[in-house]
Amino acid sequence: MSSIVLLTIIMLSALGLLSAVILYFVAQKFKVVEDPRIDIVTEVLPGVNCGGCGYTGCRAFAEALVKSTSFEGLNCPVGGADTMGKAAAILGRQALAVEPKVAVVRCNGSPANAARTSFYDGAVNCRVAHSLYGGTTGCQYGCLGCGDCVVACKFDAMYMDPVTELPVILDDKCVACGACVKACPRNIIELRKRNKKDRKIFVSCVNKDKGGPARKACKVACIGCGKCVKVCPYDAITMVDKLAFIDSYKCKLCRKCVTECPTAAILEIGFPIKEAKPAEPAEAETN
Amino acid sequence: MFKTFPKGGIHPPENKLTAGKPIVVLPAPLQVTVPVSQHIGAPATPMVEKGAAVKAGQVIAQAKGFVSANIHSPVSGKVSKIDTVVDTTGYKQTAIVIDVEGDEWVETIDRSKTLVRDVTMTREQIIERCQQCGLVGMGGATFPTHIKMTVPAGKKCDLLIINGVECEPYLTSDHRLMLEKGAEVLTGASIIMRALGVDSAVVGIEANKPDAIAHLTELAKGFKGVTVQSLKVKYPQGGEKQLIKACTGREVPSGGLPVDVGVVVQNVGTALAVYEAVQKNKPLMERVVTVTGRSVKNPGNFQVRIGTPVTALIEAAGGLPDDTGKVINGGPMMGKALAITDVPVTKGTSGIIMFPAESSKRAEVLPCIRCGKCSSACAMGLEPWLISVVSEKAMWDKAEQEKITDCMECGACAYTCPAKRPLLDYIRLGKSTVIRMARERISK
Amino acid sequence: MNNLLNVSPSPHQQSPETTRKLMYGVVTALAPALAASVYFFGMGAIIVTLTSVLSCVAVEYLIQKFILKTKPSVTDGSAVVTGLLLAFNVPSNLPVYIIIIGAIISIGVAKMTFGGLGSNPFNPALVGRVFLLISFPVQMTSWPVPSGFKTGYLDAVTGATPLGTMSEGIRNGETVAALMEKVPSHMQLFYGQMGGSMGEIAALALIIGGIYMIWRKIITWHIPVSVLLTVAIFTGILWFADPTKFADPLFHLLTGGIMLGAIYMATDYVTSPMTPKGMIIYGIGIGVITVLIRTWGAYPEGVSFAILIMNAFVPLLNMYIKPARFGKEVKHG
Repeated sequence: MSSIVLLTIIMLSALGLLSAVILYFVAQKFKVVEDPRIDIVTEVLPGVNCGGCGYTGCRAFAEALVKSTSFEGLNCPVGGADTMGKAAAILGRQALAVEPKVAVVRCNGSPANAARTSFYDGAVNCRVAHSLYGGTTGCQYGCLGCGDCVVACKFDAMYMDPVTELPVILDDKCVACGACVKACPRNIIELRKRNKKDRKIFVSCVNKDKGGPARKACKVACIGCGKCVKVCPYDAITMVDKLAFIDSYKCKLCRKCVTECPTAAILEIGFPIKEAKPAEPAEAETN
Repeated sequence: MFKTFPKGGIHPPENKLTAGKPIVVLPAPLQVTVPVSQHIGAPATPMVEKGAAVKAGQVIAQAKGFVSANIHSPVSGKVSKIDTVVDTTGYKQTAIVIDVEGDEWVETIDRSKTLVRDVTMTREQIIERCQQCGLVGMGGATFPTHIKMTVPAGKKCDLLIINGVECEPYLTSDHRLMLEKGAEVLTGASIIMRALGVDSAVVGIEANKPDAIAHLTELAKGFKGVTVQSLKVKYPQGGEKQLIKACTGREVPSGGLPVDVGVVVQNVGTALAVYEAVQKNKPLMERVVTVTGRSVKNPGNFQVRIGTPVTALIEAAGGLPDDTGKVINGGPMMGKALAITDVPVTKGTSGIIMFPAESSKRAEVLPCIRCGKCSSACAMGLEPWLISVVSEKAMWDKAEQEKITDCMECGACAYTCPAKRPLLDYIRLGKSTVIRMARERISK
Repeated sequence: MNNLLNVSPSPHQQSPETTRKLMYGVVTALAPALAASVYFFGMGAIIVTLTSVLSCVAVEYLIQKFILKTKPSVTDGSAVVTGLLLAFNVPSNLPVYIIIIGAIISIGVAKMTFGGLGSNPFNPALVGRVFLLISFPVQMTSWPVPSGFKTGYLDAVTGATPLGTMSEGIRNGETVAALMEKVPSHMQLFYGQMGGSMGEIAALALIIGGIYMIWRKIITWHIPVSVLLTVAIFTGILWFADPTKFADPLFHLLTGGIMLGAIYMATDYVTSPMTPKGMIIYGIGIGVITVLIRTWGAYPEGVSFAILIMNAFVPLLNMYIKPARFGKEVKHG
């Protein structure tokens, strides 16, 4: 009995050893010579392969970092300054200051604001709906509500609000990788500068129609009246194609435009509630 | 005797409710809305200003570029505005809105009903006339006719096929045209033959229209080189490639055009429009639309001016039934669902179908059981289950490899799927993406 | 307008055929064979069938409800079909607990772990059957002898299957002619008068069901015909070479699970190829492997293994065997 056990152990050990030797030589033979720093840099990257940096994955980005001469134009939005600092330390380079960003949904076309004019019955996919027709509301620019952005988000930072039928971005989880921006066929989602306390002022509308039709389709549409442009003391607001746009880098969060907007298309989020103007719950939800 | 295409195909219920209803000419409505883009290609440029008086048949928007078509005023009256309106595509488009006043036509149009058989024009004159008159394919694809009539250099064409298949369920406008305007259609066919420089033409008609087959066979005896071919009923026989295969046995190469096998296909409605343009100098400003549905009070075939609101057509058919859940512009297999009925009839509107609510919702989507029914239904020999999945997963390279661009979006796969998967939704998405990517590759 | 219009991409019509109708079509097609089993095996057939179907449906429901937390989809009928096929593939005197284990393996392991309907690479009922065959070899190979309707269940008189008799006899050096005396006549085999798994015996009833399925367009002829033809040709060659050592093709077609396998198990949508060409290759593979196992293998019957082995090749067949495309490709300059 014991001899069988012994024999088994010897046999298996011998087999194992043989395999190890073969593996070693094969590994030597097919070795790929590579800059060892790529592996080290890959280690400090988040490893989610979101593609937010513009490269196919974290390893590809690490390669780009190692090959680059400066970090100009290279940034990992997920890891932020912390990760980039570590990578810089490994490669002996200077980390550049990068301002953190956050994704913002620029549509407020909930059923309460934008009356539904049809019922979409096709495949639940924004791109399919977008190529089919203008959408379930009178607005052909707004959110289609099929949630391609939510599917695209790898950080659980988005969900579809069943009441407003709009996507919601969780600021604390959003890393501004930009996957949702690419996923949206209507370019509703924008990466904006992340302000203190996640305060935001933005035009929550992308409707380029004239005022009348825009307002008819959605109560909170930007009608392109231009009042906000006039009132802004920092020249942060521009008017293109009957649509106001607030540059988040120029905006100083003075909130003058918010009170001026006749259709409440400009949203303020994260500010203490003013007694004069009670915050509308529907709007707060959409952020 | 009955021919058909060998590969794939389905047999959806025909529902040709209006086959026995003669074409009713509707009077011009109070206001027409004429979109400037009613064809494949570049939108036409508006040529009239707000407040301008126009006559029926007058050019109101000029074709922009070669792949484009002129737009004519279908009525006489005053341009009330040039605005963006939602058209049958579901998106807002520039359109010319005209308030109708009287019914004054441009003098050069021959409004008499007499049949003019003798073709006097030369090939170039015919093509030029078709281009001026804004003719497009009336089957639904709305490709400018003058381009299709011009045989590309280096290609040889020896046969014209007139598409009288009308394989879409419900639709009967082509059927009625063949019965009521058979001689005009065949004259149109001989005009196209002259333009193409071919000696023979075949009119392909499915066997479910025996009266049209008999009528045209009789008439064709008086037209040199024109024969009628009856075809087995099978969807999608009206697809160009399928029709050519059924009539001649020739197979259009993948990625090729019918002219690659020496054939040009024109729809029955187009042949009629060619006749009217060439012999009567009448631009494309009217068309026959089948208005139908199971619960429609008075379904029928109506001849209306382009730009007539769909609501007016629905009124003519007895109003929108209360149980309506879906209104389709075109046939039930390839037509487009309308979000609102307040859209204008365009050159490509072959039918308005009203579906009751209970049959308008799609059934619940279940997992694919890999039964392969979609593959056997596909007339192009594709694997819809595969190209649908790779499109859904954005694997565009694989989709291109699997010949997604060969898909003609006939919908046979999605029709036949027992799990009710939205196969075509994703295939269409994949196809357009692959085509776009291919274009970008070429332009680089 | 008070009602909003539905908008969806074309086509706006869907065929009346649904997954559920297809599945219950298979159930209908299995009814004659079930009737034959009840006729030959009596009460046992009923108990086995009910246990198998109920436990398959229950296992699927419980897994979806409590483990996957998805909407239970047992009404689609696929679990019923699996249950029936599992029952058809076991002896009619199999103890209830073994059947339940089989159902758990079939549905729980072979189907749900891969993601449920449509995702399983192997035929669930066959995985269950093979698992039971290996785990409970005695119970799984004690075949009750058919003897009109009887109420006995576990205490049925058992005997060998014709294939078993033949296989063992040949191994012991007996001639086929002598062995033919020991097994039922071809006519009896055709009706189902033989020992064997509950549903595999009645060739006639199975063929009726098969014709129904082809008529209903649930299956195409490609797989059953290619399997049966391959078996017939292969065994025919062997028989022609040495009729004393090899049984005739008809005997092979009528015995064992070849009819059940070719018509109902190999044609399972999920685990069979999707193109006619692929189906024929798959069918030939099943036929060849079956005959190989029957003639030279350790088991007297090999249909289950043959189908499972060919199941593994299905993804490959789907990848490489493409339907003929319309139109030859042209190069654009």
